[in-house]
Amino acid sequence: MNRYRFLLFSFLPLMVHGQNVLIKNGTVLTVTQGTRENTDVLVTNGKIARIDKNIATPQGVNVIDATGLYVMPGIIDCHSHIALDVVNEATSPVTAEVNVGDALDPLDVSIYRALAGGVTATHAMHGSANAIGGQCETLKLRYGTVNPDDLRMQGAPRTIKFALGENPIRVHGEGNKISPNSRMGVEQVFRNAFSEAQLYMKDWDDYKKGITKSSPAYNLRNETIADIIKGNILIHCHSYRADEILMLMRVLKDFGVKKITFQHVNEGFKVAPELAAFGATASVFADWWAYKFEVYYSTAYNAAILTKNGVVTSINSDSEELIRHLYHEAAKTQKYGNLTDDQALALITINPAKQLGIDKMVGSLEVGKDADIAIFKGHPLSVYAVPQKTLVDGQVRFDIMKDPDDMRVDINPAEKYASFYESNVNSEEDGCLRGISETLLQEGNSNYLRFKYSQNQDH
Amino acid sequence: MNKVYIIIFAFLFTFAFGNLSAQQVKKAEKGIFLLKGGTLHTITAGTYVGDILLKDGIISEIGREIASAPNAKVIDCTGKHIYPGLIDSGTRLGLSEVSSVSVTNDFSDLGDFVPHMKALTAVNPNAVAIPVTRVNGVTTVFTKPSGGTFPGTGALIDLFGYSPEQMSAGSERVILNFPSTGKRGRFDRRSDEDIKKDAVKAQKNINDVWDNAIQYMKMDSSAKAENQKWMTNNPQMDALLPIVLGKAPLFIEVNSKGDIEGALDWLKDKKIKAVLTGVAEGWRVADKIAKAKIAVITGPMLSVPGRDNDRYDAAYTNAGKMSKAGIKVAIRTDGSENTRNLPFNAGFAAAYGMGVEEALKAVTINAAEIFGVADKYGSLEKNKVANLFVSNGDPFETKTQIEKLYIRGWNIPLESRHTLLYDEFLERTPGLK
Repeated sequence: MNRYRFLLFSFLPLMVHGQNVLIKNGTVLTVTQGTRENTDVLVTNGKIARIDKNIATPQGVNVIDATGLYVMPGIIDCHSHIALDVVNEATSPVTAEVNVGDALDPLDVSIYRALAGGVTATHAMHGSANAIGGQCETLKLRYGTVNPDDLRMQGAPRTIKFALGENPIRVHGEGNKISPNSRMGVEQVFRNAFSEAQLYMKDWDDYKKGITKSSPAYNLRNETIADIIKGNILIHCHSYRADEILMLMRVLKDFGVKKITFQHVNEGFKVAPELAAFGATASVFADWWAYKFEVYYSTAYNAAILTKNGVVTSINSDSEELIRHLYHEAAKTQKYGNLTDDQALALITINPAKQLGIDKMVGSLEVGKDADIAIFKGHPLSVYAVPQKTLVDGQVRFDIMKDPDDMRVDINPAEKYASFYESNVNSEEDGCLRGISETLLQEGNSNYLRFKYSQNQDH
Repeated sequence: MNKVYIIIFAFLFTFAFGNLSAQQVKKAEKGIFLLKGGTLHTITAGTYVGDILLKDGIISEIGREIASAPNAKVIDCTGKHIYPGLIDSGTRLGLSEVSSVSVTNDFSDLGDFVPHMKALTAVNPNAVAIPVTRVNGVTTVFTKPSGGTFPGTGALIDLFGYSPEQMSAGSERVILNFPSTGKRGRFDRRSDEDIKKDAVKAQKNINDVWDNAIQYMKMDSSAKAENQKWMTNNPQMDALLPIVLGKAPLFIEVNSKGDIEGALDWLKDKKIKAVLTGVAEGWRVADKIAKAKIAVITGPMLSVPGRDNDRYDAAYTNAGKMSKAGIKVAIRTDGSENTRNLPFNAGFAAAYGMGVEEALKAVTINAAEIFGVADKYGSLEKNKVANLFVSNGDPFETKTQIEKLYIRGWNIPLESRHTLLYDEFLERTPGLK
């Protein structure tokens, strides 16, 4: 990707862990334990050590005065593609062996912009070209580092991207003339992949038990799918229509797989009782719809219907733009469905944490959890809210008072500005196929192979 | 026993069809409406508690108290807020149903010079996104073609009506996409030299078109002066006539700093009216735009900065910075299906420097003035078109609910596909069993 490399000098040198700080006298929105006025949050070694009134300032601890401000858990984006060099390995309907964690880009300026919207963690996902796509990586937004490994959230479970519907059908059926070419074919891709992995597991079992003498060939794709069957990898599945959601739950039931988060899931509201009964969770857009046919029958009340039907629901961005105001996206559920403040805030904090299996570490302001904290002027669910400071592990990674006018490190004196991108300011908001649509419009063709090999993200 | 099944079946059957028909919204209500005791945010004449009478499609009276009105349906608005309908100054609403399905898109025709392509012709009054948009208080939008140098003529429409003529708000504007020296997107692999060459070529094309338009105007004027029959078939040039004559403004889409300066330069020796649209980097040259006394339509606020090195809030703060420099600013979403987010775009502009009052003007009276319809739109004033809504609070605030909506004096049901699906599926029956 031909992209500028950016870095904030002011954040260097940085420590990845172990900050001490006292956030004084804010309105603390714990999300899980109510709202506490005029309350302090003490951070020791990057963890929340105490939440209480009038905590005495320990020696050597930096103080952030949060008087008149709101203090909330750092926002977690359950569906993101920022901080990635590449998104799709669109070479086969099944590519479980690849991992976006091999393509992290710690210098992506989108990380900083997300921090400026109160986001502290993202689920960096593979794209939706393949029915079984690559493995994903849960990141902490430690912007300022040049080491990709510093972005990884230690202790986060493994996750993998699945995809249903138009995208895998267009890439493989229409583009490559191989199955899946319809939603029928998508089901069989899963059944085939899971069955292969079961046979692979049995071959290894037989070998280990001495039933067979020569070992089976090691196969990373089957190893990965076997780990899904064993429950070691969480599935996050790009999906839209009610029928395909039901299909995947049937397939998973047949193979004994229990944990799944449906992503986008615009028609989740139609099958909310089935999702709740299965124990599936949902990560949705606040209001994106109609950018493609499979989201034509959508409603902005999706998150509210799912929540009220007992489905653990989150609101995600899937976008370098939306990620900057997820607090506003969450607030839309108050307009569309009258969710309470805590319900709305849970959609971008504790609920995505549950979906990523990291809710013991982040997602609420509780003693013992990581000090991933966003500080707002104005209630974060107000359209007038302005993020002030964002802390990851107690380290301030965004501070509106120190926000630089020029984000470049490698300033070329001959070049006053970086390139201007018309597409940035004329965002079409057509979600999953955004970059691709642009390509098609520009080139005036409908060659899906081009779409397939383009660097654009197809979500 | 059989009878019971038949009854159950008949019940389910009716139920199923009931839901299918629910995909259409209810009919609007015609009448004389007296809205009493609401806080009137007039925009042009202050904010006060008062009454407003809607009759024959217009605001027939407004004041602190309207004693009585014959045959009027009285609506108690105590504790509520009344605002003029919001105007989105740039969308493709009604021209696109599902953006990835090309056969449902009518916003772009073939050719680089097609100013005669009229958006109003292709507006679908029953586009599903129209009710979705208006229930958020957006009653009027400019819907416009795109692509090419002169992509066509956009139209200001009210979001209620069953034909484009019924919806037309009486303002159409020709669009010029000023040659861009920016990259189209990340996929744009042209070298800087090639981009420059393309822009120079496009600029020459525009100048050629302009010379022809001037000639055409002269021939047209002299023919008319001599009462000659002037037989032509040149719809492109006909579309440019009002602009060359200085009667209607040209809408110039331009975004980066250098291109804005280029557009201002290009306009210098031309005696025409113009409005700059897009203007993403207006903040970089706000003084120059203000000096040229040219109005601006900008947005969306909810977009990333045009350049990677810019501050994260460049798009949030742009409208406020231009407004503070003395430029008349209107706001647009540039959207189609999510044009409903206009109030939130304005809210972000308000929060990031523009202030609520100016942001409100940017989606009401400023827009009306820019489109030349301020005598009919953009504020709560006597004899203006009765486009307004009643809300339980600040319309920019995310959780505010719109409780009543009037377009051209019609009481519009607060229904859309989104609300109807909510009603049907919140408690789905049958559920699991």
